[in-house]
Formats: sequence, structure tokens, C-alpha cells
Amino acid sequence: MALNSLGRYVPETFNGIKRTPYNSEALLTPQGNEYSRPVKIVRPGERKLLSGLREAIIASGLKDGMTIATHHHLRNGDFLLNQVVKEIDALGIRNITIASSSVHPVHAEIIPYIKKGVITSLECGVNGPVGEAASKGEIDCPIIVRSHGGRARSMMTGEVVVDVAFVAAPCCDEYGNMNGYFGPSACGSLGYSHVDARYAKTVVAVTDNLVPYPVCPVVIPQTCIDYVVQVESLGDPKKIVSTTTRVTKDPIGLMIAKYAAEVIRASGLLKNGFSFQTGAGGTSLAVADNVRRMMLEEKIKGSFGSGGITGYFVDMLEEGLFQTLLDVQCFDLRAVESISKNMCHQEISADTYANPFNCGAVVNMLDAVILGATEVDVDFNVNVNTESNGYLLHNTGGHTDTAAGAKLAIIVAPSIRGRLPIILDQVTTVTTPGENIDVIVTERGIAVNSKHEDLKKELIKAKIPVKDIHDLRKEITQITGVPRPVEFTDDVIALVEYRDGSIIDSVRRVKE
Amino acid sequence: MNDAAALRRTLLYVPGNMPSMLQNIPIFNCDCVFIDLEDAVPLNEKDAARLLVRSFLEGYKERNKEIFYRINPLDTEWGFDDLRTVLPALPDGVRLPKADTPEIVERLDTFLTECEENLGIEIGKFKIIPSIESALGVINCIKIARCSSRVIALAFGAEDYTASMGIERSKTGEELFHARTRVVWAAKAAGIQAIDTIFPDVNDEESFEKEVRLSKRLGFTGKSLINPRQIDVVHKVFAPTKEEIDFALEVIDAILKAREMGTGVISLRGKMIDAPIVKRSSNVLKTAASLGLVDYEISDEVIYGTK
Repeated sequence: MALNSLGRYVPETFNGIKRTPYNSEALLTPQGNEYSRPVKIVRPGERKLLSGLREAIIASGLKDGMTIATHHHLRNGDFLLNQVVKEIDALGIRNITIASSSVHPVHAEIIPYIKKGVITSLECGVNGPVGEAASKGEIDCPIIVRSHGGRARSMMTGEVVVDVAFVAAPCCDEYGNMNGYFGPSACGSLGYSHVDARYAKTVVAVTDNLVPYPVCPVVIPQTCIDYVVQVESLGDPKKIVSTTTRVTKDPIGLMIAKYAAEVIRASGLLKNGFSFQTGAGGTSLAVADNVRRMMLEEKIKGSFGSGGITGYFVDMLEEGLFQTLLDVQCFDLRAVESISKNMCHQEISADTYANPFNCGAVVNMLDAVILGATEVDVDFNVNVNTESNGYLLHNTGGHTDTAAGAKLAIIVAPSIRGRLPIILDQVTTVTTPGENIDVIVTERGIAVNSKHEDLKKELIKAKIPVKDIHDLRKEITQITGVPRPVEFTDDVIALVEYRDGSIIDSVRRVKE
Repeated sequence: MNDAAALRRTLLYVPGNMPSMLQNIPIFNCDCVFIDLEDAVPLNEKDAARLLVRSFLEGYKERNKEIFYRINPLDTEWGFDDLRTVLPALPDGVRLPKADTPEIVERLDTFLTECEENLGIEIGKFKIIPSIESALGVINCIKIARCSSRVIALAFGAEDYTASMGIERSKTGEELFHARTRVVWAAKAAGIQAIDTIFPDVNDEESFEKEVRLSKRLGFTGKSLINPRQIDVVHKVFAPTKEEIDFALEVIDAILKAREMGTGVISLRGKMIDAPIVKRSSNVLKTAASLGLVDYEISDEVIYGTK
């Protein structure tokens, strides 16, 4: 075990590979060349269309010990990963690594295949039951949790080599041109898949909407696609992008949102050219709503909104409050509709969005980002991966990338959640280091990272209730008491990578 | 503090039987709260709510707003127990429901005095806000406003009032006009504040804002609220304009200079400035300061001079 700069013990070797402990937000310097996959040829007259998933797996040459990937644009409505794993099992292939962009509760179906040895490791973060099973020790399957930018990096550097990527393609032609805009499984942007299409050794496009050649517009081109497979359905459209993304009505959420918007205003960033990102949660949208009103009032024209895009940001684009939306993932149907029609609503890849090892990602150009947390601590470290019960239940998403890139990273969280205090002495798991977090907003007060004394003064001047984070923690625990800490065993079930691949924390099995 | 000048624009009801709501009282930005032991609390929770409110208030040491609590009517079996249990935790006062006659208020006044003597605290500490919420209450409100020095405001309650009249409450409130006006008259004539009724539809912000504008125009100094989302709307409507703030600053500046020169009579731009204008200006600045529109702490000395 090595001690990283945040005081976290992390293994020096995990899943047979030597790891580097996290040292600082300054990022490691990359070495060498980008990973490159074999040169391909598809001769005139050759066809890519295969009769089914099984044929595609056979054609791809997938063997024991290899790595597969899917994307999570279909979110909890995705059928593809489960289908692929079943077919792999049926073919008797074992010891497979999954390096998808994320795994969701719907993928609980793969747990029996992990127990059976079909799947033996996960090079990706997890949402829900798979992480819970790992936390409880029910499955033995090393997990590496990465941010969206970190995943793109790991494929670009060749740390993770995907042997076969299965790309769910909502609109696809027989030669593999695709977009995510049309069809029964339309999900909008295919941002996470762009890196799979570029770096996976073999790429299989899987579609439930095969259209005559050529697809228009082409988002991922035929030149990257080895095979095309038609299936009956890619997913359950009701669960694909059906999250109703609405501004919260909870008075506490609204209060937090108001403070967060005032922090943005006081920061001086809210001027022409302003760029902004929020998540899809009710409080985040309420922040966006407040910011929108401020922009309208003060006649501010922003430059871009980025990240997962909601209908709310589409409205802001259409109102002229942003020049453009840079969209790595659509959160609702309104966003899907917009990206298919509006030239100013642009699809971007996870690499362009957030990869730390390229010539500059979109997150570097962000002014302000609003992020959530399951816990924060007095050093401003943020946990979004594990819950108060110690279970690994959430993936990192763009949290660390945007926090690191944006000039102002604001965490919004209620001070108390289900009787538990949200500000602790130490978070259970560090997802994003305190060095990347500027302000924490709760309904009971706002804590400003000590590196921003000027901002703190501005906030006090604007009569925003700024409090020292230690005082805020004390105030909250006076109400809630101090919860008994979760007990862990020594078994490390998952590593949490920082954007650059260094290990920021490890997740241990919970002592039940 | 001079009571008639205290800022009471927003008076938020908080159910007395819900810990999750009570714990948020310190963070709401309203001027006052009404912790409710009456209508919000089911019959089988009356005693538990009372104890909960008491223990909440005992732990709420750094009070950042006025705390009133609504007891059950005195002619119910709970009214006096509400007083006995919670008063030792030192709320600022009591909202008295069904305050239909001055006698009911006087009864409460007597009981409060006894409590203050038993607790060894200053007589008159506990204030009373009578609810004028029936035809009889509206008729008697002029006397009710002056029946005790503890009465610092009258609160109009339209839900019970319309029920007592056998009429429906509308969003535009024409049916309330006369009662509202009478309550405001009674309060103003007694030199106390007038608090308007709640607006029940939380999701209809537009009608709510219209009603708040009406309340302000009629002379109400504040409004009872049922949801924290309503607070900012009231503060916005009650916010002074820039012209009002500038004028108030000039008035206060002029009176400070006059006091320095030792003269009681002052003039501003050739016009006499008298006590009511100073008082109004001081209210404007207090309201403006609470909204962060001016950075100005005003003391009662400015308004009334030193003895």
C-alpha cells in the first residue's frame, strides 16, 4: 500500500498492474505516442452486415481474456450489454473484461456471468447493483472507476485496449455510418462512443434501425466500423432518455440554487462569453434557471453550455443565451430533438469533452460548473462514488474533469440527507480532490476554498452567508450527531482513478 | 426595539409536528415564523408536537428571526397546555387563533403575565398576534387591536373568515376587500402592524404576486405564508424603489445634521421634515438593508434622538 498526497492508502499493484498514487491536481505528463490499432481493409464488394450478435462476436475473433466495450447513452434502458454478455457465455468464452463507458442498474443481469467467470474485471465505473455486489463481497471482479475524460485517456494511451467495441447505433446503414438522432432508440449524442470507434481493435455497430446507405448526418463514419448487426431492439425507449428533467420545487433545493447562482454572479464570470455546465438534477436545473434569469436581466450572451445536455439548456440556446451547446450526452428527449436539428447544438466526443491528455479539452474552457456530491469533507474533497453505507453505487461521470477544468467548480448539496450530515471530517471515498473544488453551497451556508480569498470577500459583500467549512460541519453535526463510521475489510474491490490515471482512492469491501 | 418599526414582511407557517421542517427554521430568510400547533397538527399528535417545538426552541440559541407559535384556541382542551409547555422555551410570542373578541385576547394576556412572573422574565416579553378570522372578529378588530400592549399586529385569516361568512374564497379576493380594509384601519389606528392572510395555491406564483401587491397597496405590513417559495416574492414586492431609498438616505442625513446642530426642526430642500417622515424613511432603509440594497445600520436613536 502507498499513501497518496490526500492521505489515502492505495495499492501499488491492482489486478496485476502497477499503479501510480495520486500526487497533485497538476496532472502527470504523458509519455510516448497514442495507441494505434491495426490497419484495416474492406475491399470493394465486401459486406459488413452480419446476421446476428453471435456471428459478429465470432467474426470479431473475441477470445478468452479479451476486453469488450459498450456505451451508456441508452442508460438504464440499454439491452445491448446484457445481450452481448449472454452471447459470449453461449460461445464458451471466459475471462472477459468490460470497459464500457458506464454500467447501470439494468446491467444487474451480468452479475451471474461474473460469478460464472465469463466476466472477470471491469475497466469502468458502475451504477447500482454490480457495485453493491462487489462491495458486499458477493462477486470477485476488480473495478477501475474512471471519469469520462479518464476513460478517453486510458484508451488513447493504450492503458486500456478494447478488443471489440459494440456500439449501439440508433440510426445506422449497412456500411456502418451512424448517428444517434433518429429511430426508436434515438439517444442524441454518441459522444462516449467516438473513442471506441477510434481505438477499439474491432468495432461492431449494432442497430435496431437499419436505413438505406448513406446515413445523414454521419456522426461516426463507416471507416471505423468493421461489422454491422441488426437486432430487434437496442433498448427500452421509456428508459433511454426519459428522465423528466425539471426544476426542483423543494424549498431547500431552491435556496441552494439561489445561493449557487449568486456565487456565480459574485465571481465576476457572468458576463458576455460566459460558459456553463450543470447536471440534470432538480437543484442543478434550478441553478440554471436562476442563471438564465440573470443573463436575461443583464442582457448577457454566453458562449457555450456543455456536458450532458438537458431541454433546459436547449431553451437557453434558443433564447440566444448561448452561442452553442457542446453535447457529449443528451439527458432528455428535448435535447435529442434539438441536436438532430440545430447546427449550433454540436455533438462532441468524450475526448474533446474531457480528456486531459490531448491538445486541450472543452472542460478547460468552462467558466462555471455545478456539481453534486454524496459527501464532502473539510478539505473540500468530494465523494460521488460511494454512499453512506460504503457501497460503490455511482460512476464518476464528468465530475472530476469539469471540476478540474472549470474556473469555478461549485458543489451543491443539502446539508442533511436522510438524517446524515453531508459535510464530514473525511469523505468515505475521494472522487474529486479538494484542490479542484472552489465552493460548496448548502442551505446552511457556503464554504469557499481558502485559495479563493478574493471570491470569499466578494460573497460576503453580496451578503451571501459564507461560513468556514469547519464551522459549517460543526453546525450540521449539532443537528444530526456524528454517524457511526462504516466498517470496511482490507480487500480492495475498486480503484478510483484521477483524470491522469493516478490513483486517488481505493474502495474496500464493506464488513457486513 | 421599537415594535411598530420591526420588519415583519414575511411570516412563514411551519408545522409543529415535523422535525424535518423545524430544523430548517434558522435558514429560511423570512422575517418571522409561525410554528403551528393548531390546524397543521392532527389531534393524536398535539402533545408530541408541543414537546417537539419546545425542544427545538431550547436548542435554537442564536435566533435569527422572530418566533411566534400558533396555539390551539383557548376554548379547546389543548390551548393552555400549548402555552404551559412551550413558553418556557421563550418564543417571541403567540398567534392566537379565533381571536373574535377583546376578552379572548385579554384572557391570554393575563395568562402570559402569570407565566412571565413564574419564569422570572420581563413582563410583556411575550407578544400576541390575534387572528382576525371570522365575521365577529372583523367587527371587533378595532377593540382587539388596542386591548393589550402585547398586541403588536393583527393577522387577517381569510380561510376561516370566508368559511364563517359561508362564501368561497376567490383568487382575486373581491369578497375580502371590506374585511381587509377594516383590519388595516384597526391596526393603523392602534399604531400596530397588519398582516395579510395566506395565499393557498403555492404553484400559482402570478396570482400570488398580484395579491401581495394588493396587500401592500392596502397598507398591510406583511403576509402570512405557507411555503418558503413565497418568501422572495413578498420581499421583492415590499422592496423600496431606488428613489425611495435615496430620499430616505437624505432624510436621515438631514436629521443627523440637525441633531448635531441641536435643532429639532429640520428642513430638506425647503420642506419641513417631521417625525412621521423620519420614521417612514427609517423603515425604508431597514427594508432596503435587509435586502442588501443599502449598507446601512440604523439605530432607534437616529429616529427618536437621545433623551
